[in-house]
Amino acid sequence: MDYFLTEEQKEIRDLARRIAREKVLPVRAELDESEEFPWPVMKSLAEADLFGVYLPEEYGGIGGGCFELCLAVEELSRACGGVAVTYAASALGAFPILLFGNGQQKEKYLPQIAAGKKLAAFALTEANAGSDAGGIQTAARPDKDEYILNGTKQWITNGGESEIYTVIAMTDKSKGSRGASAFIVEKGTPGFEFGKKEKKMGIRASTTRELVFTDCRVPKENLLGREGMGFMLAMRTLDTSRPGIGAQAVGIAQGALDEAIDYARERVQFGKPISSFQAIQHMLADMATQVEAARALTYAAARYIDSGAKDVSKISAMAKVFASDVAMQVTTQAVQILGGYGYMRDYPIEKMMRDAKITQIYEGTNQIQRNVIALQLIKEKAQGK
Amino acid sequence: MNIIVCIKQVPETGNVRIDPQTHTLIRSGVPSIINPMDTYAIEEALRWKEKLGASTTVLTMGPPQAEGALKEAISMGIDHGILLSDKKFAGSDTYATAYTLALAVRKLAPYDLIFCGKQAIDGDTAQVGPGLAEHLGIAHIAYVKKIEEIDRDGALVRAERLMEDGYEIVNIRMPCLLTVVKEINEPRFPSLKGKMRARKLEIPTWSAEDLEAGEMENFGLSGSPTQVRTIFPPPARGKGEIFGGEASVMAQTLLERLKAQKVI
Repeated sequence: MDYFLTEEQKEIRDLARRIAREKVLPVRAELDESEEFPWPVMKSLAEADLFGVYLPEEYGGIGGGCFELCLAVEELSRACGGVAVTYAASALGAFPILLFGNGQQKEKYLPQIAAGKKLAAFALTEANAGSDAGGIQTAARPDKDEYILNGTKQWITNGGESEIYTVIAMTDKSKGSRGASAFIVEKGTPGFEFGKKEKKMGIRASTTRELVFTDCRVPKENLLGREGMGFMLAMRTLDTSRPGIGAQAVGIAQGALDEAIDYARERVQFGKPISSFQAIQHMLADMATQVEAARALTYAAARYIDSGAKDVSKISAMAKVFASDVAMQVTTQAVQILGGYGYMRDYPIEKMMRDAKITQIYEGTNQIQRNVIALQLIKEKAQGK
Repeated sequence: MNIIVCIKQVPETGNVRIDPQTHTLIRSGVPSIINPMDTYAIEEALRWKEKLGASTTVLTMGPPQAEGALKEAISMGIDHGILLSDKKFAGSDTYATAYTLALAVRKLAPYDLIFCGKQAIDGDTAQVGPGLAEHLGIAHIAYVKKIEEIDRDGALVRAERLMEDGYEIVNIRMPCLLTVVKEINEPRFPSLKGKMRARKLEIPTWSAEDLEAGEMENFGLSGSPTQVRTIFPPPARGKGEIFGGEASVMAQTLLERLKAQKVI
């Protein structure tokens, strides 16, 4: 299926595919086992200029947008969802700076992120505030020309490995949803520490840690936008990055589909390759149709965001919820097609199923996505659209 | 400092067709890649460019589509590219190829270092690198697995030459030519900014006429002392037979088999 990519988009896709094939594929099983952070792959991506695909040229990027990011994430995900999200989470951490940073903040941080010299990370979730992001407790108290941060963020992708963190904290609890603000906090700031590395079901190559702030002093210059903009900034950031998770899900699903077809052609039972059995054919047909639909929806959402449109929440949520559900369905079916081999860790399929699950959960659970979509539909009707 | 890298565009190994008349490879219409060993040469040139601030030029002799290989090298970071392309170059063996490349290198003078890959995956001769050095009258080290030092002031290069059972450390004077083996480095991927640059860059094509110092009869098939008479796949090797059991019994069986095959 041709999505009519420009020359530059094809180059991004092909380069990401090459790195995925040559650098990620050979080590994905080992990374899944050892849970080691994939620095060598990140280095290759940095040297290839892939960290800058969505950043403007004036900050050292390539000048692409959400769509280009999706192309790269999808190709990496075909090889390994954990490595892909490590790359994508840096973009998630950078979006607040890109979308809401002032000139100085952009100049200071974006070139380093574009060059892949430093990774970024985004910190919103806490132990008692997941879907209910409004319940965050991490506080930022102003003190002369600094803010003092106290609190703990949970399950932060790239936590401990990234050097640049965009953190959402409450500056005024009394204001509720208008009481949060966003800050850039650098690794190494006194009072900023990391919890232990989490042990996960999947995306084990990706590092997930707690961020612990204890009287951590952050300069006033590191406030993004204005006080009170925190939640709005977080929602806009997630709207922009969600197609990236859609792309991750599409990539994981495509990788699983490819393995399933290869296996079905080779596996002979009852004197025939199982790909000749209608049951298997129908499974593969459904899987392929779902993946293509997920891809088309994800690309449409990404292109819409890049067009500068304002009302992106609904399509962004649709792309994420659909693609992630597809990834879970397709990887589960792929395990089924591989049968006993699908269950064995010596084969790459069971990892893909373990990796796919998280796409239904993070960056806004699929239940929250459905809320967002429904509320938007109702609002549009009320407005007579 | 000027570094030249000589590369060759080769067919991707799975898809090879032979021209029934000239018995040489049909290159057009087949997926092409930079000869894998040449990517190590390009990488080494880039590393020394970064260390010493050199200017780098990539050179290839081939059909017009070989420009793609040059663009790929440029997208890895090489500064300039030259394509040597002319119907008169067709059918060149390694002697004529080295002759043609030497003329181009002389046009690019002054130069300090020439990097080549050890050998190409299609011809597999490993002759062009050393042949080029000889045509140019410069020293060369083949099978370089590591360059220990490049002394610009003394115009010296010290490198490790890979042998079957170890390596030699060799000193030579610049200008010189080095052919490299895959042990020397790990080639980088092209970068997106490099690809953008490669797309915009004009790569000059030099024909036989542009190599003014050359004699027409020394190019291509007519300039090739070796002629390819025929290319054929070797007969398939039969399945081996594995004997088991006592050594003395196996020896007896082997003896009988060798006698039956009239080997002894």
